[in-house]
Amino acid sequence: MTELTFTLLRLGFLVLLWVFVFAAIGVLRRDLYGTKITARKGRGTQETHPATGATPSRGSAPSRGAAPSAPTPAAPAPTGPTRLVVTAGPLRGTTVPLSASSILLGRAPSCTLVLDDDYSSSRHARIFPQGGTWYVEDLGSTNGTYINDRRITGIEALPPGVGVRVGQSIVELQR
Amino acid sequence: MATVEPHTAASTKRPSRRAEAGLLVLALALGIGSYASVGFGLMDQLPDNFLLHSLVLVVLAVGAHVVLRIKAPYADQVILPVTVALNGIGLAMIGRIAIGGSIVGSPSDLATKQLMWTVLGVVAACGVVWLLRDHRTLRKYSYTAMIVGLVLVVLPLLPVIGRNINGARIWVNIAGMSLQPAEFAKIAFAIFFAGYLVTNRDTLALAGPKVLGLQLPRLRDLGPLVIVWAASLAVLIFERDLGTSLLFFGLFVAMLYIATERFSWVAIGLSMFAVGAVVAASAFPHVQARVDVWLNPLAPEIFGRDPGGSGQLVGGMFGLANGGLTGTGWGQGYPRLVPYAYSDFIYTSLGEELGLAGLLAILVMYLVLVERGLRTAIGVRDGFGKLLAGGLAFVMAWQLFVVIGGITRIIPLTGLTMPFVAQGGSSLLANWLVVGLLLRISDNARRPSSLPVRGQVAPSQTATGPSTGPQPVAVGAGSQEAVEAGEASAAVGPSRGAPSQDLPTQVVRTDRPQDGGDPMTGATEIIDDTERKNL
Repeated sequence: MTELTFTLLRLGFLVLLWVFVFAAIGVLRRDLYGTKITARKGRGTQETHPATGATPSRGSAPSRGAAPSAPTPAAPAPTGPTRLVVTAGPLRGTTVPLSASSILLGRAPSCTLVLDDDYSSSRHARIFPQGGTWYVEDLGSTNGTYINDRRITGIEALPPGVGVRVGQSIVELQR
Repeated sequence: MATVEPHTAASTKRPSRRAEAGLLVLALALGIGSYASVGFGLMDQLPDNFLLHSLVLVVLAVGAHVVLRIKAPYADQVILPVTVALNGIGLAMIGRIAIGGSIVGSPSDLATKQLMWTVLGVVAACGVVWLLRDHRTLRKYSYTAMIVGLVLVVLPLLPVIGRNINGARIWVNIAGMSLQPAEFAKIAFAIFFAGYLVTNRDTLALAGPKVLGLQLPRLRDLGPLVIVWAASLAVLIFERDLGTSLLFFGLFVAMLYIATERFSWVAIGLSMFAVGAVVAASAFPHVQARVDVWLNPLAPEIFGRDPGGSGQLVGGMFGLANGGLTGTGWGQGYPRLVPYAYSDFIYTSLGEELGLAGLLAILVMYLVLVERGLRTAIGVRDGFGKLLAGGLAFVMAWQLFVVIGGITRIIPLTGLTMPFVAQGGSSLLANWLVVGLLLRISDNARRPSSLPVRGQVAPSQTATGPSTGPQPVAVGAGSQEAVEAGEASAAVGPSRGAPSQDLPTQVVRTDRPQDGGDPMTGATEIIDDTERKNL
């Protein structure tokens, strides 16, 4: 073989090596650039994605942050609140979609929203719908449940957008 | 520790693994192409066993790919191709040195043996993926793994089977095969550390006095760790194996750090190591010789010293210099001038024939491999898996650092093998086992789970959902995906006998998805969980 062939073979192999390396990195591209880290601290209410069953087409695209933040409420209940959002506390940004059943807040693992919070009781409060309206009920918690810095006793109506403080967390209903 | 959710959120069907197939084609082209170049460079024709060699590589790669498709469809798609490529390049270089040897009249069967070990390694890795359904099974055998690791470490010291080769007593001879049990001990120790630390890290991290701003651990929490630490010292003293001792020690410190997030462990580890290194350098002549070689390899009295001269190291450096930027080309250099050019010093052989460009590509491949391992550790949901994947990925990186650092005179030279590339059956088999474990863990990490993750948007309910009964039912029990996948028991829940602390902290309890609602909506979120350490 001629010197030229050898040189071409040698450089060709190096090119192939780097092609492989860049192909591998290309597969990892999503990991390198695409993931979005959400820090719960120091962030306002996280944009949420109601993600009804009608939007199964969310691909594996990692650019979730670019997704529209305007919520598109579930169709069946256009007027009432559709979700419960934690707006402050260690779980800020967590949402729980509302259904016809009640939501139990507390530290017990059986709760709907398990608060990881030393200031809440194991079964702290209950938020439930009745006749189209949502109500909040304190379940005899140690540190109390507050609406607008007022400790509630018994059952109170809970309009959307009004924060309920449970321990260190504030939750509110949103449309 | 943060948890990163898999990207393949919305698709409930199995991923096609097309990326892996494409990369495998490239990797095979590298392996086969390099072996063909070896033949053309040395003899102007293809090597004698070229067809067999290529066929074995192709069959192994395709076989492993099919096994992954069947048994671990969500496993990382880059790990296998990168490993195949590295192994193929290593086989070509060993073949090149063997053929070069036979041309000058010293034939050896190193290349065929290495090919045989490659087959064994790939089969072993596939066996791990096939038989080990859930990596958390290994957690039950933490202490068994410790015993196994200790036995493996002590094995070379036993009178009948232990072999003393080149001054280091690290070999055992069983049924005609020479093995380095320490290579397997590193896997056993990684499993033990992961299992032990995941249960005890809180006491290690929090209980104990605080000295000079460093949180020191309590002595009684240290017991098992001290045993292993002593074992790695014993390796250094009785088996005269600097590299393995360093390997165990690095693994040990790194996994403690991953588990506890306490810098004090790194500080303690480094200071203990500094003391150990100084003592070893002054107490053992063979260590002292290594340090001399490291600092002054070109001094005439050190170069010509026998034993313990720097001839090998200097030869390697000249080889690298001869290679230059783009190398001499396969078969055109003189790697055989360096002793052990096919095992300990394969890095300089590659450097001579592929040049800096080729070496950097190989190093980037290792980087990718380690990154996939660490990424798996971040993505997996249970603490044991995090520690195991992190430890295994780290030990590979650490081994590479010790080898290449030694050859390029960053640290004193110790005898370790370059994973997948260097000749050596035990090393190859052990590293393929590591790859098998990483693939298994990454499959579990990336498999869609019906479990909600902290801070994640919960699966939505349609308003026509369950109108009766309280909402908090069993978390994610029997979501469609989990049932469909059949083997997704790993990710389903505490009812399968998994220890409860293996599960992520669950905060959003959701009803079972109605109308086939996708349980994985919104799973691409990453939760920065630095303020809390539980997983």
